[in-house]
Amino acid sequence: MSSARDNILGRLRANRPHAAPTPPVYAKPLGWDRERCITEFMTRMQAVRGETHRVARDDWPAWINRELPPRGIHRGLIGRGAVAEKLAAAAADEFTLTRYDHAIDDWKGVLFRDIDFSVTGTLAGLAESGSLVLWPSPDEPRLMSLVPPLHIALLDAGRMFENFAALLAAENWSARMPTNALLVSGPSKTADIEQTLAYGIHGPKALIVLILE
Amino acid sequence: MNQTQAFHRRIDAALHNDQLRRNFRSALSGIQAKRETQFPDDTQLQSLREQARMVRANALVRQPELLEQLEARLTANGIQVHWAETPQQANTIIGDILQAAGARSVVKGKSMVSEETELNHYLEQLGIEVVESDLGEFIIQLAQEPPSHIVAPAIHKNRREVAELFHRFYPDIPYTEDIDQLTQSARLILREKFAAADAGISGVNFAVAETGTLCLVENEGNGRLSTTAPRVHIAITGVEKVVERLSDVPPLLEILTKSATGQPITTYFNMISRPRQPGELDGPEAVHLVLLDNGRSRIRVDEELLDTLRCIRCGTCINYCPVYVQLGGHAYGTVYPGPIGIALEPQRIGIDKVGTLTSACTMCGACGEVCPVKIPLPKLINRLRAEAVNEQRTTTPLLGRGSLRKPSEATIWKLWQQMYSRPRLYRLFTLVATRLRWLTPGSLGGWTRYRSAPRPAPRSLRELAMKEGFGSE
Amino acid sequence: MPATSQVYFFATCLIDLLYPQAGLAGMQLLRREGVEVIFPANQTCCGQPAFNSGYRDEALAVARAQLACFPRDIPVVVPSGSCGGMMRQHWPELFAGQPDEQAALDVAARTYELTEFLVDVLQIRLRDLGEPLAVAIHTSCSARREMGVADRIESLVAQLDKVEVLTQARKAECCGFGGTFAVKQADVSGAMVRDKTDALRATAAQCVISQDCGCLMNIGGAFEKQGDGLQTRHIAEFLWERTEGAAP
Repeated sequence: MSSARDNILGRLRANRPHAAPTPPVYAKPLGWDRERCITEFMTRMQAVRGETHRVARDDWPAWINRELPPRGIHRGLIGRGAVAEKLAAAAADEFTLTRYDHAIDDWKGVLFRDIDFSVTGTLAGLAESGSLVLWPSPDEPRLMSLVPPLHIALLDAGRMFENFAALLAAENWSARMPTNALLVSGPSKTADIEQTLAYGIHGPKALIVLILE
Repeated sequence: MNQTQAFHRRIDAALHNDQLRRNFRSALSGIQAKRETQFPDDTQLQSLREQARMVRANALVRQPELLEQLEARLTANGIQVHWAETPQQANTIIGDILQAAGARSVVKGKSMVSEETELNHYLEQLGIEVVESDLGEFIIQLAQEPPSHIVAPAIHKNRREVAELFHRFYPDIPYTEDIDQLTQSARLILREKFAAADAGISGVNFAVAETGTLCLVENEGNGRLSTTAPRVHIAITGVEKVVERLSDVPPLLEILTKSATGQPITTYFNMISRPRQPGELDGPEAVHLVLLDNGRSRIRVDEELLDTLRCIRCGTCINYCPVYVQLGGHAYGTVYPGPIGIALEPQRIGIDKVGTLTSACTMCGACGEVCPVKIPLPKLINRLRAEAVNEQRTTTPLLGRGSLRKPSEATIWKLWQQMYSRPRLYRLFTLVATRLRWLTPGSLGGWTRYRSAPRPAPRSLRELAMKEGFGSE
Repeated sequence: MPATSQVYFFATCLIDLLYPQAGLAGMQLLRREGVEVIFPANQTCCGQPAFNSGYRDEALAVARAQLACFPRDIPVVVPSGSCGGMMRQHWPELFAGQPDEQAALDVAARTYELTEFLVDVLQIRLRDLGEPLAVAIHTSCSARREMGVADRIESLVAQLDKVEVLTQARKAECCGFGGTFAVKQADVSGAMVRDKTDALRATAAQCVISQDCGCLMNIGGAFEKQGDGLQTRHIAEFLWERTEGAAP
């Protein structure tokens, strides 16, 4: 409805408020070294029931093999690429792994009902807020970190930033925004009934972050 | 019944609902305490507020250019942009998109702008199933009520009321008042809806002009699901939500989540810049943005009132309002309740329709003190009170200016002016009032329903001061 | 800062007529500190009631009538946060573009709320002569937010070594007065003052102190109606009684 557009823009252009200064680019440097960033990240993540573990870089498949079966978690979702191949190669026999390797449209029911956990990589971690940064991709699509009841996220210890502002500045996001970018800070939660926190409403009920060192 | 009588009737109902008032008092005390843990250092809070204010103020000044830039970037990214001047236009646009896509079922993330347009009602008339998926919105959709708070829509309900609702609509699920179990029930019900929905509808927290990015803030994951699982995503937002740069987002996000929910950040911050690209395996194939004006461009005309548009819909003013806590949101009778509602709704809808809301404020200033973008809410409300009783004050294109002027009230203020701007007349008045204090009425309408009547002293301060030898000029 | 050996005392209409003892105590406290206190004869009201009701022309006329009361460059001391806030914060807005705008700005800039003046300018030292007493302090919203002087009343009472200060729940919440709000929204106001008096009563304080007579009229009137023996006192009167051992 182009007339609506013209009318709205016309009204807005007809009245220009007094100039307001362009705000400075927001920065909040904290002076945290990598170790401090990792411990702050873990504290924040744990405060919202995110599980965190520091794991040697190549040991994460072994961690999964060791930790998930006792919890009764067997049906995994993997994408494509290095993370997926590594788990596919090392996964213990009791796991059934589904590959997210074709468009979701004809297997939504499977994704929503027949998957216990997913494993994805992450782009970075933000220490101050305890957030994972995800850029879903064709290899690790958007629903992977959202629909399974447990999301296991691999976070490179060398990819910690103090906060979102620091990351945006360091990596020039504005020139290369992906289809979807996410900050994820814990498992899904709500406080809509009596302001009482309850976890696991629509997204993952549990989030495990394996910090790879 | 005129708007003032109707407002008083709703107020009366709210004040006589003890359960409702207990629910609000308890919820808001909790939210305030949580917010305060997020701002231990006042200096840092004030500098963050100033940054957020500047970001929003700058975006409003440059709004037409930024909207054009946003449209250009979104279009280049493959997101289709639609403009609506009125709620009806917005609903038509959305209905047409859904019908063209053959969509029969819709899951919705939380959107206050869609409450402005009464979108659900419109879509249901078209035969489209609409499911609110935010837990609070889901609850009030079952109850067939509007939100009573812009962030926590079901804040007026306690767990027992929620349990009874769930039991009524889903009798197969065992009755429980346990909040975790109620939450899991909602999860099960809504997962099926997400998996099956043809389209998702959401609001937008910030729209970034520089990159053509729609930002959504949420805890539950229903916003992500609504914008990712169905094959069509339609976002609807007000034209004021645009910000200039991606780097404007971190301070707004930080102060929004800390102020609104008392959390350092919400679980999900979702940045959408494109529909599904070739090779990508999920996400909607079509993404639409509907930009709604609905009075906003008119508000922006006035240098003072335009501050209203800085609002980022965090609800903090509501959480701290001592009147809202007594009444709850429904008493206001508008989409937006509390201080921001009092400031915004008469401008959006007209003083002649809802200007009486401005009476529901003590000018205590709590809202202005906590507003993360420093909207001077008491000042705006005071200004609207002036516009409500005076047609000629300014040339601002407010709807219904002067419509609440009552000759009797205006006469009282004229008499008041006569007495208080004439010192000799005033002195005579105090002399008479002190000497005839025994004539003071013991009943002063509403005042003495709750308090004793004030009574003039035997001698005024003027007389006492003279007696004590204080000089006068 | 203007010279402080002399001050104008702006009584406010509420104190002049209903609470003169509070005003007199304020003037006496100032005089005891060696300040010459002038009570301008032609003062009436700051204009706030009309301003807050939207009747700005009427408010302006009344405020304008006060300007001539304060010709010299000496402080104007106001024993009320809300009237002080009206003069300091809202007069500049009310007089904007008026021929006497400069005169209004000038008065606004040298307006002090009483506790602010006692603490910041006079740095008053108090000696408590009273019996042990438990009090609760209700700071008016305008003293707290418009004037930003909430801590002054606290620091004054803290100087009284036999006075114990008890803190009520939701201390910073409005008592529900709000000027004409208490009339236009009488039932909401009544509910608010009920919550406020309940919170104050729960502290077991013997007396409630405030720097604003509007709040005291509301809270004290509610206590009286509820048949409660709780006393209310304006801070000036309270300080004078505690430090002189007698009423003014």
